[in-house]
Amino acid sequence: MNSIILQIASKYLRIIFLLFAFIALFRGHNQPGGGFIGGLLAALYIVYDSLAFTSDQIKQQLKVRPESYMGVGLLCVLLSFLPSIVTGAPLMQGAWLSVDSSVFGEIKLGTPLLFDLGVFIAVMGVTLMFLFTLSTKK
Amino acid sequence: MIEIALPILIPFTLIIILIFIRSSVYAKWIGIAGSTVLFVVAVYLFFQVRKQDVLVLQMGGWEAPFGISLVLDYLSSLMLLTSGFLVFSISIFAYHFIGNKPKFSRFFIFFFALVMGVNGSFITGDVFNFYVWLEVMMLSSFVLITMGSKKEQLEGGIKYMSLNLIASLFFLAGLGLLYGKTGTLNMAHLAQILNNDQQSILMNTSAMLFFIALGIKAAIFPLFFWLPASYHTANITVTSLFAGILTKVGVYALIRFFTLFFVQDAYFWHNLLLISAGFTMVIGGMAASIQYDTRRILSYHIISQIGYMIMGLGIYTPLALAGAIFFIIHNMIAKTNTFLVAGIVSKLRGTFYLKDIGGLLKERPFIAVLFIIPAFALAGIPPLSGFFAKFILIKAGIEDRHYVITIIAVLTALLTLYSMIKIWNEAFLKKQPEKSIVDTDVKLRFAEVFPSVILALASILLGVLAAPFFDLTQEAARQLMDPDLYIKAVLSNM
Repeated sequence: MNSIILQIASKYLRIIFLLFAFIALFRGHNQPGGGFIGGLLAALYIVYDSLAFTSDQIKQQLKVRPESYMGVGLLCVLLSFLPSIVTGAPLMQGAWLSVDSSVFGEIKLGTPLLFDLGVFIAVMGVTLMFLFTLSTKK
Repeated sequence: MIEIALPILIPFTLIIILIFIRSSVYAKWIGIAGSTVLFVVAVYLFFQVRKQDVLVLQMGGWEAPFGISLVLDYLSSLMLLTSGFLVFSISIFAYHFIGNKPKFSRFFIFFFALVMGVNGSFITGDVFNFYVWLEVMMLSSFVLITMGSKKEQLEGGIKYMSLNLIASLFFLAGLGLLYGKTGTLNMAHLAQILNNDQQSILMNTSAMLFFIALGIKAAIFPLFFWLPASYHTANITVTSLFAGILTKVGVYALIRFFTLFFVQDAYFWHNLLLISAGFTMVIGGMAASIQYDTRRILSYHIISQIGYMIMGLGIYTPLALAGAIFFIIHNMIAKTNTFLVAGIVSKLRGTFYLKDIGGLLKERPFIAVLFIIPAFALAGIPPLSGFFAKFILIKAGIEDRHYVITIIAVLTALLTLYSMIKIWNEAFLKKQPEKSIVDTDVKLRFAEVFPSVILALASILLGVLAAPFFDLTQEAARQLMDPDLYIKAVLSNM
């Protein structure tokens, strides 16, 4: 589709898509949401872009192969196991880090977040791979 | 106790490494190295189990029944050990047989995804977690079947996928019912609840759904149709991996579920298991004897042999269970080996179709020996492993007065022998058919023959050292017959 309205709108909409993706990711610890949903939402912005532009243009824009997204995602998951392995705690036990920020108050960062982030990136990669495979003309 | 999780963590790490490596040569070497490490870990875990009986790891520090427990007892560690051995030898076999097309550089990613699923399902102590590993296995095996993107591979892959999806559906339904009724999916906790409840016979609906789902996975009668429809289409490396490991996960789960928590209403279940075991043996054996494609003969054969394992579970005495476990391990090794030799033969002759093959005994006596060892092991000729496996099962059948199934088992052994001798006659004894032109100078390389040699040695060793090995399987059977050990180890805090 070659619509200038869509192309300009997508520039602003992608911020909103990404924002919601990250909100879903962060609230996922105690509420519905999490890495999987977040990853799908984040992939949605690229799906939306692919309506406005061609998928070749998007591939060039992204610069990274979808496969690498999956690799990085899985790597994050693996890294989230590390604290529990190093400290000798049961595998996958959460390790938490408390950060005091003046704006948001106390923020707790933990390995579950890293795990979710890994899922987020991997899901995004898988969805992109589907998208590119299906949209490539042979 | 992190080492219990290593059989899952190592393939996971390898997948990540392999995603970033695009050269297929490096991928192959990493594949071989990774499988070696996995095998070493499996051996180490086996000795740990010998020392401590049952190893338990509560993931994330959440005590059972709230978190996921990884449990390793004799049965799971023996399965882990055998599959580790197979994965090691198949990764070497893959070096030449998987081909050098660029897309095959992705082979080892899915290979290790499959291995992760298999290992995970052997060591998990949680029914839902088991379901997740089944899905991991199914997805990666679908990719592996269709890797060559040939027409018949896609057809086989679709059949495989659709029937296995139905199995997953049944499994999930059974799991939902079970959770709704008991409020837990931890196997040990389930066992504790169901074994102390007068009304647990009501869980038979759930047990039946599991039986159908795992029956499809294990390819027992009348649910085996996906197996012969798909196995012969894939690359021979993939087929031998599937033949050795995939269906046995289903059998493992049947044994685990029906000894640990579905032990009520034993009369009905054991008869059902025995009936389907009998049909599985006979129909698999008969279907194998009319085929002329080696891969098809061997595929039907997998089904027929599954019957013996289910028979051991159906008789349900310590001796029978030990026999079933012995049989599973013997069968995994010998079955994979026959497929590997079929791969070598097809490399020499360019086909799997028996009518176009011949004269291999004179031309390649060594390959003939390599074939005859697993073939006779499967048929049950002493002193190879299959003889003792069948002997134990038949003895258990007679002792417990299950005469019909015992007679069927003996007759099926003859059918097995018939189809093995058929391959032997056609491929090795008879002369090469004149119309087909073959290149007799094909050189076999080390990595093509070596895996088959070590598997053949394992078959011989299992036969020669049957007594100490039988002690191990008896130990496994003792643990299975006494679920309290398992329950106490997992629920140590309750």
